[in-house]
Amino acid sequence: MRPAVTARPIPRRAGFGLIQYARCFGGIVWREALRFWNQRERFVSALVRPLVWLFIFAAGFRTVLGVSIIPPYDTYVLYEVYITPGLIAMIELFSGMQSSLSMVYDREMGNMRSLLVSPFPRWFLLTSKLLAGTAVSLAQVYAFLAIAYFWEIEPPSLWGYLTVLPALILAGLMLGALGMLLSSLIKQLENFAGIMNFVIFPMFFASSALYPLWRVKEGSPWLAFICELNPFTHAVELIRFAFYEEINFLALAVVLGAAIVFLAGAIAAYDPSRGLLTRREGP
Amino acid sequence: MTLPAPEPAAASGEETGLVPAALAVTGVSHSYGRRKVLNDVSFDVRPASFCVLLGLNGAGKSTLFSLITRLYAVQEGQIHIFGFDVNRTPSEALRRLGVVFQARTLDLDLTAGQNLSYHAALHGISRQEARLRAASVLEQVGMAGRTSDKVRTLSGGQMRRVEIARALLHRPRLLLLDEPTVGLDVKARADILKHVRSLVAEAEISVLWATHLIDEVARGDDVVLLHEGRILDRGNAAEIADRAGVPDISAAFKRLTGVAGEGGT
Repeated sequence: MRPAVTARPIPRRAGFGLIQYARCFGGIVWREALRFWNQRERFVSALVRPLVWLFIFAAGFRTVLGVSIIPPYDTYVLYEVYITPGLIAMIELFSGMQSSLSMVYDREMGNMRSLLVSPFPRWFLLTSKLLAGTAVSLAQVYAFLAIAYFWEIEPPSLWGYLTVLPALILAGLMLGALGMLLSSLIKQLENFAGIMNFVIFPMFFASSALYPLWRVKEGSPWLAFICELNPFTHAVELIRFAFYEEINFLALAVVLGAAIVFLAGAIAAYDPSRGLLTRREGP
Repeated sequence: MTLPAPEPAAASGEETGLVPAALAVTGVSHSYGRRKVLNDVSFDVRPASFCVLLGLNGAGKSTLFSLITRLYAVQEGQIHIFGFDVNRTPSEALRRLGVVFQARTLDLDLTAGQNLSYHAALHGISRQEARLRAASVLEQVGMAGRTSDKVRTLSGGQMRRVEIARALLHRPRLLLLDEPTVGLDVKARADILKHVRSLVAEAEISVLWATHLIDEVARGDDVVLLHEGRILDRGNAAEIADRAGVPDISAAFKRLTGVAGEGGT
């Protein structure tokens, strides 16, 4: 083969600056928003699920399930009020799993490759994708809260809608990162149903979303212990307190810690030198 | 067969002041578990040249592409793009690289223009600049009038053109195409091949064209003949034929691999 040299100098390019990173991040968010807009039925179905729980399940169980005065509530609350933070977290949980499904779909369809061959660091690409997915889930949550407002489910003051935002972002990041980590473990789209059975349902039901932990403890101390270990419980409590303009520091620590661990796991899983994808002929 | 190692300048020529190889693959081996799919693969692609990576399905071409694009980490050996190590300086290497994968990687629900804008963002290009470049590259591939069409509505050949336009958007110096004509009709194949060859001649882009279709190899092309994870020969198509003692690359392929090569027609 002929020598691989020419006299033409190759221009060295400067590294990426903040503006380029911002453009990349903006592009990833924009693409997620476009996909979301193109799949508007997804938005509707994401809203119908918690509304069914709120309007049918909670209304039906209002008289059966009494809730005593527990923080952050300083009086007795209706069951619908109690489960609203759990339903908000459920929206974020399903949104996170939907992102996971999208990533597996993208991998099967090949779209994922166009993201992963970008010259930006992979941790940045994955974190951007995670933030974009969280932004989409926030739109769903606030649409749900707007409907719930007319059902007289509202925070003590309008500030609650603002103070809950950081909790929603953090919980959304944690659940989205979990979805991202799971997407690296799922080989084929068909296996996604397993996620429903082994992740979403146990996470949701073994938590404080539907009933307070003291009630669970009365029925089964072991189940209550499992609920306390479940990061989803802490996401629910973080949102519950933030909606009432309070901070649950234990929940904050657990959700933050879990978000970091899940995201680090996802980045490692998608790392070409350490990830699972390399070993099994992905992505 | 023992093959000469690539020129030293091909591996890292930056410090010599000369332009290094567009792509230098040196002693690369790769395994999936215990199954070795690439075995001590070495070759280089000269700047502004058209190089064909010729091999049957399963030869290891797509795995090699995944290593060059850093979808997989290099387990053994080294890969340099214009002197930049793909493993050590991936950002510098990937910025100089445009890729068309064998599987379609466009988002079907977005328009051709939106797909290109997304790609531009992934390379840190501003939206205004992206629009200008998208219009230019889509025109180059004959898709100027389809910018606003959803990719889902395009034919296979048109999708390929959009993918080529996308790969060129960030002005790469090296273009990788993995079986880009598979599934296309004769005319679409010829058009795409002609266009990519023109990029080499007019824009001085280096091209690595992976295919299993021998009729896509021209007599003057550089060829890397990959079979069952090993390189059987590399060099000019005519030289390979001469070394094999046969009249053309098709016969050389058959002699070296023991399998008749496929044409695309």
